[in-house]
Amino acid sequence: MSSHTLSVLVENKPGVLARVSSLFSRRGFNIESLAVGPTEHSDISRMTIVVAVDELPLEQVTKQLNKLVNVLKIVEMDTDVSVQRELLLIKVRADATVRSQVLELTGLFRAKVVDVAADAVTVEATGTRDKLDALIRVLEPFGIKELVQSGMVALGRGSRSITDRSLRALERTA
Amino acid sequence: MTREITGAQSLVHSLEAVGADVVFGIPGGAILPAYDPLYDSTRVRHILVRHEQGAGHAAEGYAQATGKVGVCMATSGPGATNLVTPIADAYMDSVPIVAITGQVSRAAIGTDAFQEADICGITMPITKHNFLVQSADDIPRTIAEAFHLAATGRPGPVLVDLPKDVMQSLTSVLPHEVWQPALDLPGYRPVTRPHAKQVREAAKMISASRRPVLYVGGGVLKSRATAELRILAELTGIPVVTTLMARGAFPDSHRLHLGMPGMHGSVAAVTSLQKSDLLIALGTRFDDRVTGKLSSFAPHAQIIHADIDPAEIGKNRAADVPIVGDCREVIADLIGALQAETRPELGDWWEQLNRWRETYPLGYTEPADGSLAPQHVIQRIGQIAGPDAIYTTGVGQHQMWAAQFISYENPYTFLNSGGAGTMGYAVPAAMGAKVGRPDTTVWAIDGDGCFQMTNQELATCALEGIPIKVAVINNGALGMVRQWQTLFYDQRYSNTNLGTHPASSRTGAKRVPDFVRLAEALGCVGLRCESAADVDSTIEKAMAIDDAPVVIDFVVHPDAMVWPMVAAGSSNDEIRVARDLAPDFDYSGDAEVNL
Repeated sequence: MSSHTLSVLVENKPGVLARVSSLFSRRGFNIESLAVGPTEHSDISRMTIVVAVDELPLEQVTKQLNKLVNVLKIVEMDTDVSVQRELLLIKVRADATVRSQVLELTGLFRAKVVDVAADAVTVEATGTRDKLDALIRVLEPFGIKELVQSGMVALGRGSRSITDRSLRALERTA
Repeated sequence: MTREITGAQSLVHSLEAVGADVVFGIPGGAILPAYDPLYDSTRVRHILVRHEQGAGHAAEGYAQATGKVGVCMATSGPGATNLVTPIADAYMDSVPIVAITGQVSRAAIGTDAFQEADICGITMPITKHNFLVQSADDIPRTIAEAFHLAATGRPGPVLVDLPKDVMQSLTSVLPHEVWQPALDLPGYRPVTRPHAKQVREAAKMISASRRPVLYVGGGVLKSRATAELRILAELTGIPVVTTLMARGAFPDSHRLHLGMPGMHGSVAAVTSLQKSDLLIALGTRFDDRVTGKLSSFAPHAQIIHADIDPAEIGKNRAADVPIVGDCREVIADLIGALQAETRPELGDWWEQLNRWRETYPLGYTEPADGSLAPQHVIQRIGQIAGPDAIYTTGVGQHQMWAAQFISYENPYTFLNSGGAGTMGYAVPAAMGAKVGRPDTTVWAIDGDGCFQMTNQELATCALEGIPIKVAVINNGALGMVRQWQTLFYDQRYSNTNLGTHPASSRTGAKRVPDFVRLAEALGCVGLRCESAADVDSTIEKAMAIDDAPVVIDFVVHPDAMVWPMVAAGSSNDEIRVARDLAPDFDYSGDAEVNL
């Protein structure tokens, strides 16, 4: 099984997230990560869904997703031609004796310290899954008090947009 | 001053505008506002059922018999959850119905209010779509969208949940002024026109095939493509099999028809698929009851798969030529494309098919003790009521015998619960079919188990003037389960004796309930038949009664089994024509096969 990233444009209406996520579970697919937010058009939300499936079941789940009335468009984001990012907030044990070490490592990853306490710092990092995993690994020895990660978001490279046509469809029915 | 109406009035006016002439339902607290304007409507007939499940199946029966969208209505909470089974049934069999449910007032939603249930959440996986209406202004558009979604593309159930306060609030959006309201469904674009290149490819494949089969499913009925199918079959001479959901899509008496495939299909139909080199699958979904063990299904066949739902194509079996489109357009285009191709040479194929058909016809043995054979009863009902009648069934042995032993010559004459396998479907579906087609004789072929799940709707039939006919094929047991216990559970009959047979030392049954007296208590004529000699006269007596529903208690032999059979999970190649009896496909003699 391999990971696939789907960008799903949906109508910005109540209950749409439940329709999408329950479809995955009832058809037996596990969502690895899911991020939802508004787009440049207020009527459209964009979901980025990472799912671990083989090629054939991926086709089936995509077709089933397409049948949801509120789903406007689905595009698979190929890693080669898209930018994929996640956000990590991580609170690391760091008193005065190790704080400079933590800050140095944070700098190597081009991450930012966003909060400092007497015995801890909170670090914000964005990047690909691999980069964030690596950061977590180097910070682990200091003691991770807690961490939170957003789902992945992705955008295709180049000038093209996947929303254009869906917008036109929306305008037609409006 | 602008005129204002209530949301409830808007609902009833919208139903009138969309052309819904019948609603099956039961009122209750949350839906009560809708029932007040409904009382005044001269264009919408409301039929008061006895259980919401009956309303849902009646809407399905109505829809399948007429081709129109069926409508059912219920109140919030338990009223709505009682609709869940028929909604799931309609989803599995792609039946266009709209369910309208009352909901607690918006302010109470989420508070566990009296009779509150999240019916939109509950029915999310079993509806094509559902709506929780937030404003009375939205009612006309929502009703229009619900009917559009239910009827177009791959049909299915749509639920509209209406909070009580929305129905009580005022709106100046008047349905008759805004009709037809613009639909706001930007994500809904069913593809009905098949791709010409795919159709040409399919035509070439058909022309080159030597052992093709037209594997016809319920989609051919849904797209009203039976006339086109007949032209295609006769043009090419390709044999036809019709699935449980497609019985009636092609005349049973037609020389090109091999019967029904699947777990209880005819040997010729099942074997034709197994030996085929090309399946032309039309509006069908390679269901496990047809394919048996998927990995050994039609192992030599290439697949042309046409369906309006792209998700069905390649779901269970990869298609060599996928065609997304409405079956009627697909078949019409195929007929056009085949004009440019040579006809396939099928002489050898038909020689084989005819040998299977002649060697292994459908049949049954009369019980040795002189008791009634259920197959005989069902066959005679079919012969006496004829091919213009509508037949509905429940689920189980009687359903399979009704699929096998009644000759369907016309579309929309066999209504049953195929995908969901919902016991209790027959009586309310017959009620709905009879309401939709009042001039047609409607027979519910039911089992003694199924009948006890929904027979309360006979009271509805009696009071509303819906004279259906019900044949209870009473074998005293949950017959299909009992058959599996006989075959796979060492004849340990755990919890399958229903006690509906007359008392006997062997079964200890007591005729509880007495179906004749039950029928009479429900305002119907009750008849009983216990011997072969009385079958015809009892059926004819029922046929002669036109002013009341009739129930016949056919007391049949308890041990009759449905054959042929492909055991669940086995390959279709393992078909048995009777217990321990497999067809010999190399055999070319004409000796009789005992069933």
